[in-house]
Amino acid sequence: MKQNGKKAWLYLLPAIAFLGVFMVYPLLDVFVYSFEEGYNSASQSYFGVGLYNYSYVLHDPFFLQAVKNTFLLVIVTVPLSTGFALLISLGLHSVKKLQQLFQTIYFLPYVTNTLAVGLVFMILFKKTEYSAGLMNLLLGAFGMSPVDFIDGPYWAKLFVLCFYTVWIVLPFKILILTSALASVDQTYYDAAKVDGAGRWRVFSRITLPMISPMIFYLVITGFIGAFKAYSDAVALFGVNLNAAGMNTIVGYIYDMLYGDSGGYPSYASAAAVILFAVVLTITVINLTVSRKNTAK
Amino acid sequence: MKIVFEHLTKIYPSRKKGGAPVTAVADFDFEIPDGTLVGLLGPSGCGKSTALNLISGLAEPTQGRILFGDEDVTALPPEKRGVGLVFQNYALYPHMTVRQNILFPLQNLKGPQKLSKEEMEKRVNEAAALVQIEQLMDRKPSEMSGGQQQRVAIARALVKTPRVLLLDEPLSNLDARLRLQTREEIRRIQRKTGVTTIFVTHDQEEAMSISDRIVVMKAGAVHQIGRPQDVYDEPADSFVAKFLGTPPINVFRGSVRGGKLYIGSEAVLDVKAADREAVEVGVRPEGFIPKEDGALTCRLQAVEVMGRDISIVSRHDASEAAIRAIVSAEHAAMATGETVRFDLKPNKVFAFETESGARIAL
Amino acid sequence: MTKQKTGFGGKLLKALTYALLSLWGLAVLFPFYWMLLTSVKSYGAYSAEYIPKFFTLTPTLENYFKAFTTVPLGRYFGNTLLFTLVTTALMMAVITLSAFAFARLDFKGKHLLFAFFLALMMIPNELVIITNFVTITNLDLRNTFTGLILPSVTSVFYIYLLKEQFEQIPDELYYAAKVDGTSDFKYLFKVMLPICRPTVVTVCILKVIECWNSYVWPRLITDDPAHFLVSNGIQEIRENGFGREDIPAMMAAVVVISVPLIVLFLIFRKKIMAGVARGGTKG
Repeated sequence: MKQNGKKAWLYLLPAIAFLGVFMVYPLLDVFVYSFEEGYNSASQSYFGVGLYNYSYVLHDPFFLQAVKNTFLLVIVTVPLSTGFALLISLGLHSVKKLQQLFQTIYFLPYVTNTLAVGLVFMILFKKTEYSAGLMNLLLGAFGMSPVDFIDGPYWAKLFVLCFYTVWIVLPFKILILTSALASVDQTYYDAAKVDGAGRWRVFSRITLPMISPMIFYLVITGFIGAFKAYSDAVALFGVNLNAAGMNTIVGYIYDMLYGDSGGYPSYASAAAVILFAVVLTITVINLTVSRKNTAK
Repeated sequence: MKIVFEHLTKIYPSRKKGGAPVTAVADFDFEIPDGTLVGLLGPSGCGKSTALNLISGLAEPTQGRILFGDEDVTALPPEKRGVGLVFQNYALYPHMTVRQNILFPLQNLKGPQKLSKEEMEKRVNEAAALVQIEQLMDRKPSEMSGGQQQRVAIARALVKTPRVLLLDEPLSNLDARLRLQTREEIRRIQRKTGVTTIFVTHDQEEAMSISDRIVVMKAGAVHQIGRPQDVYDEPADSFVAKFLGTPPINVFRGSVRGGKLYIGSEAVLDVKAADREAVEVGVRPEGFIPKEDGALTCRLQAVEVMGRDISIVSRHDASEAAIRAIVSAEHAAMATGETVRFDLKPNKVFAFETESGARIAL
Repeated sequence: MTKQKTGFGGKLLKALTYALLSLWGLAVLFPFYWMLLTSVKSYGAYSAEYIPKFFTLTPTLENYFKAFTTVPLGRYFGNTLLFTLVTTALMMAVITLSAFAFARLDFKGKHLLFAFFLALMMIPNELVIITNFVTITNLDLRNTFTGLILPSVTSVFYIYLLKEQFEQIPDELYYAAKVDGTSDFKYLFKVMLPICRPTVVTVCILKVIECWNSYVWPRLITDDPAHFLVSNGIQEIRENGFGREDIPAMMAAVVVISVPLIVLFLIFRKKIMAGVARGGTKG
């Protein structure tokens, strides 16, 4: 048992090597890139060090559009999906019949390919020359005029993006909340019943406080996830998100790196660092708020 | 296989920074004869499990040597020592059947020791037959009782015909009824295989009942080695005397003056020992003879009926604890008044030095 | 306990609950139904429907045939299968060895290194993907499976998960195996992994799902359709797929891509959901 030391490092070697090359080194490198001005990926040269990349990104209308889209997406989908997931989980928790079936169905979007199912959403919402699309027919039944959700006005595109995002993130949230609800000790409910508490009181005084750590967890991961939105937008609006005006911050990073507008790792890095700073700030705020709330 | 310890010592560095190192095994220097069943006995934390680990090779000694027969095994890793080890919680592999568990050590044999499939099969069946679990071979450990699991663990330890069999607290996880049965079983298996066996226990009754020899340990040091009855009859020091025997030995403050042993102010025995101001006097519970004019006067507290015998509980100023005397039930009439008086059997009375606890010849 | 009589309010609430649950169930299932339905409509029939029909009386498999012949869907499929299997297998090897070292072996700096590993869990992929893209490009590994696979064969989270499981195994089993003459390596494979099989299977499935759906990295690293995975393939089909807007054929491709994971999910439903609940997040 003496030579454990050397052997342990041998066991750890693959993980350390991969993490070093693909996690640690890039992490340091991204900051270096973001400060190297005028980096040319062909000649691998640059002519200065400074904040120009950041300034460029922050003045780029495409980036500003992406920031606007992302923030709107975050503000709309995080509260909406968390609230709706809570509602559904409560419903699911209160019924016995068909509970398993519902649970299984609700989880399906988690295991599906975002890109593939996004196509289905696209054809459901798209208006073409020969068909208004199913959604528009539905709207028509309520007396509304058809809108092209995919190539039409900004609000319509944002709506469909939010809708699809909620559809995609809901399974995870429902799963977490139903298991949180199931783990609340039944004796609390029995005690509340004996004390004559009504439904609402039981919910607000027992259920909600008991599962609030999980709700906070979902809000925090929801914020982080929504800030990184990208493939859902690609699925709905195609690869050229800038043209569609529906790009996200992550999409902007990738476009800077590769694609029609690509070849600028410095700009991409600057944008990535900005994104990281934003997400970190919001996560810290979230954590502080949740700590204050639980301290109460 | 004879086992020889030569100045075997294990010192653990302190867990806390700057703390004193802990001596778990201090200068083991004795022999265990071939084919004996030896009980390593001591209170918890006395280093007996460490001693077992040193023998199995799971721990390395700080200094000293261990020999199996004439072979020095001190530097050998566990798998090369040829030891079988039965763990306190049995450590059966939960995902394997009984058969697979017993087979596992054989499959690890390499080189010239490697066995053929048929040979392995034969050995597994023999080991299973020895501990009488043939009908359980396809069960998983979780489907068996504690006693059955232990048999499997013993079979697994024996299947590679070890030179030494080691058992760590073999009975502690069993209920009282199984304990009696299992200790007979261990005795039987050991007799049948003749393998030198060392088992660790904190239960003195368990050690006394089946061991050929017992080794009494405290704080890493061996206090006495011998046949159970000899150790009980002639304890080397006050620790051994107090540790062995149920109910435990009664302890009094006493002295030796003018060829008499005193408990408090009462002379209880004539002795040859030289005068001493203060000694510790130990009297076994069975060493009391109730008598109208007995030498030792105690205040009677209670009489507990135990069937054939009775237990007389009393108090004496020279003792902190209650005095417990086990006497034949026919003496019950003697224990009715305020006080009860006893004569003492000389061979059940020991005297020890108050400081060191060493035995004083009376 | 006597059964409480539910009043009118209770019944109404129950009805509303079921209505809500069914409504969302429908919202989840409908896209799947629609893709399946559209995929069996012929191109002509689909185009002729101004108001889409909710069923078809003349189902056809021609779209599936088209999906495999007009575009190299079979190739995308094979690529993804290869990518998924190799990545998962390599990752299992890497994380098992690390988890074993952390859980079972003692060495200097263990706790420090583990804390460092945990800290790495907080690094978002977006931050490191840029350099990885440059690294892979410089190594001339674009449009190769090596380039696709290498960055995703380690997962700190799964190392952590497996280590926790390994530590549940009592030390005595290890000592018993030592006395029985088992090497560390054999102990890991014969004892630890079988005991932790449920966790190992869960990790495998989660990784398979992740691989099957991965889009961003493959998109960056491959521009040659010969190395496209299904996600990129579907995007390619959408952008310039069947020569014209052949929605039914597209849907057939979508069905083909979605079915393997749905089947996997239905088989391992409990395991997957428990695994995800224990700490999986999307992406």
